[in-house]
Amino acid sequence: MRRFSWFNATSLTFGFAFLYLPILLLIIYSFNASKLVTVWGGFSVKWYAELMRNDAMLDAAWVTLRVAFFSAGLAAVLGTMAALVLVRAGRFRSRTLFSGMVYAPLVMPEVITGLSLLLLFISLNLDRGMLTVTLAHTTFSMCYVAVVVSSRLVSFDRSLEEAALDLGASPLDAFFSVTLPIIAPAVIAGWLLAFTLSLDDLVIASFNTGPGATTLPIKIYSAVRLGVSPEINALSTILICVVSLGVILASLADKRLAKTRNERAG
Amino acid sequence: MDGKWRRFLLIGTPYLWLLLFFLAPFVIVLKIALSDAAISIPPYTPQFDLSAGWPGIVNFFSNLDFENFKWLIDDSLYINSYISSLSIAFFSTLLALLVGFPFAYAMAKAPDNWRPLLLMLVILPFWTSFLIRVYSWIGILKTEGLLNQFLMWLGVINDPMIILNTNTAVYIGIVYSYLPFMILPIYSTLEKMDESLLEAAIDLGCNRFSAFWLVTVPLALPGIIAGCFLVFIPAVGEFVIPDLLGGTETLMIGKTLWNEFFSNRDWPVASAVAIVLLLLLVIPILVFQRLLERQQEAEAR
Repeated sequence: MRRFSWFNATSLTFGFAFLYLPILLLIIYSFNASKLVTVWGGFSVKWYAELMRNDAMLDAAWVTLRVAFFSAGLAAVLGTMAALVLVRAGRFRSRTLFSGMVYAPLVMPEVITGLSLLLLFISLNLDRGMLTVTLAHTTFSMCYVAVVVSSRLVSFDRSLEEAALDLGASPLDAFFSVTLPIIAPAVIAGWLLAFTLSLDDLVIASFNTGPGATTLPIKIYSAVRLGVSPEINALSTILICVVSLGVILASLADKRLAKTRNERAG
Repeated sequence: MDGKWRRFLLIGTPYLWLLLFFLAPFVIVLKIALSDAAISIPPYTPQFDLSAGWPGIVNFFSNLDFENFKWLIDDSLYINSYISSLSIAFFSTLLALLVGFPFAYAMAKAPDNWRPLLLMLVILPFWTSFLIRVYSWIGILKTEGLLNQFLMWLGVINDPMIILNTNTAVYIGIVYSYLPFMILPIYSTLEKMDESLLEAAIDLGCNRFSAFWLVTVPLALPGIIAGCFLVFIPAVGEFVIPDLLGGTETLMIGKTLWNEFFSNRDWPVASAVAIVLLLLLVIPILVFQRLLERQQEAEAR
């Protein structure tokens, strides 16, 4: 057993306090009866009730969920294909350009991505709305999916696939019955990442949305700029709880899966 | 479907998608950056008209000017925005390193069975909304906010400090938001470190501090460099943090671009701002990619 010094313990304590205190305070103050965000006026769930009556907010939440769902789905398919190309396709012409285009959106400032896509949609004469936001989100999140899936593909044992081919499976059969089940956790993780990235995006959505397709971050952002409203605390608390629960469940499921696989292998 | 077609489809689908939705937009940005501003919809006069055929192309090159880029140099607002973005990003990165390194070090030194949980706790905030996490600082940093109340209650200060709407708040926001990007790569290099190297250094006469400085830090260097790039690059183009936490003195290029586009509706200048920002970032991104490749090669060996 290594010695865990007081110095290390303090760094961890302060580090986690820094990371979690703001979120925790937000959650606590969402139950504040007072309208003043910094004065405690007793426990109340009235901001949650207020939120449920706020149709504009609920509409925005619905738009955001649909955009996130469709863009994550498309991104999972395109990103997995891109990962297969990166890891498996070997050499082809303009491979450098392809991998550049896969990695570049990861580091591109959002303002540039947002602006450039908007200018594209205008020159294509596409009306701005849900469709354009979905296309924009698909484009940047497929790159995240590609990175997640390709890291799984690198450690993939190709002989499993070759065995399936030797046993008479067509390449497509081999992909769907051997390769895909094995890389599925990475594809699901990629989908989840794409989904949360889309839920979270403010800048790219602001550039590419139109009337009638206001997403939740845009709505939150304008509410925050007008002045802090306690309803936003309630909404944030719900979002934080849902996402945290999702991530915790996903990681538990992954651990479970890995465990059963190890038991089977051992 | 034969193999050749399958391969063509597999490569072609994501390739075409990225060409259309990633590369083509940049060509358009470049085109508009070279256009003249106009009061119309769209608010610019295209200089490059393909439908006009060869005369259009000739016209484009004969009228080619960089007036939007000259404008960026002439008006000190833009240069100041670039410089201040770079300096805010630089100091935030430094601060993130100061906070992140001890954290990552402590994580790597934690008992083995704690580590998955600690790792999970570092990653979890990254999954929750960035906008909400930045917003949560408003209630803390306000003049009548929780931090001031706490410090006054402690008796450290008598009058509330003004933190919100200053650059200090922007630094706090950036360090807070991007801290996991600093911690994770440093942790992954420290975690792989061979403890016996430290023991050897101490046997050879190093004290704990010099062993740390001469062995641990150099071994963690790839992680430190990766972490610094991962914080610095997005911080330069940051928009949400300076807009929500910063004040009138805060000048960052992402916000300038946004204002140019949405408030002034000057699309050509906004495009030129984007092109210059991109060029500024290309160098650190290329350096980062080069380092990453070198690291992967070293690991493959």
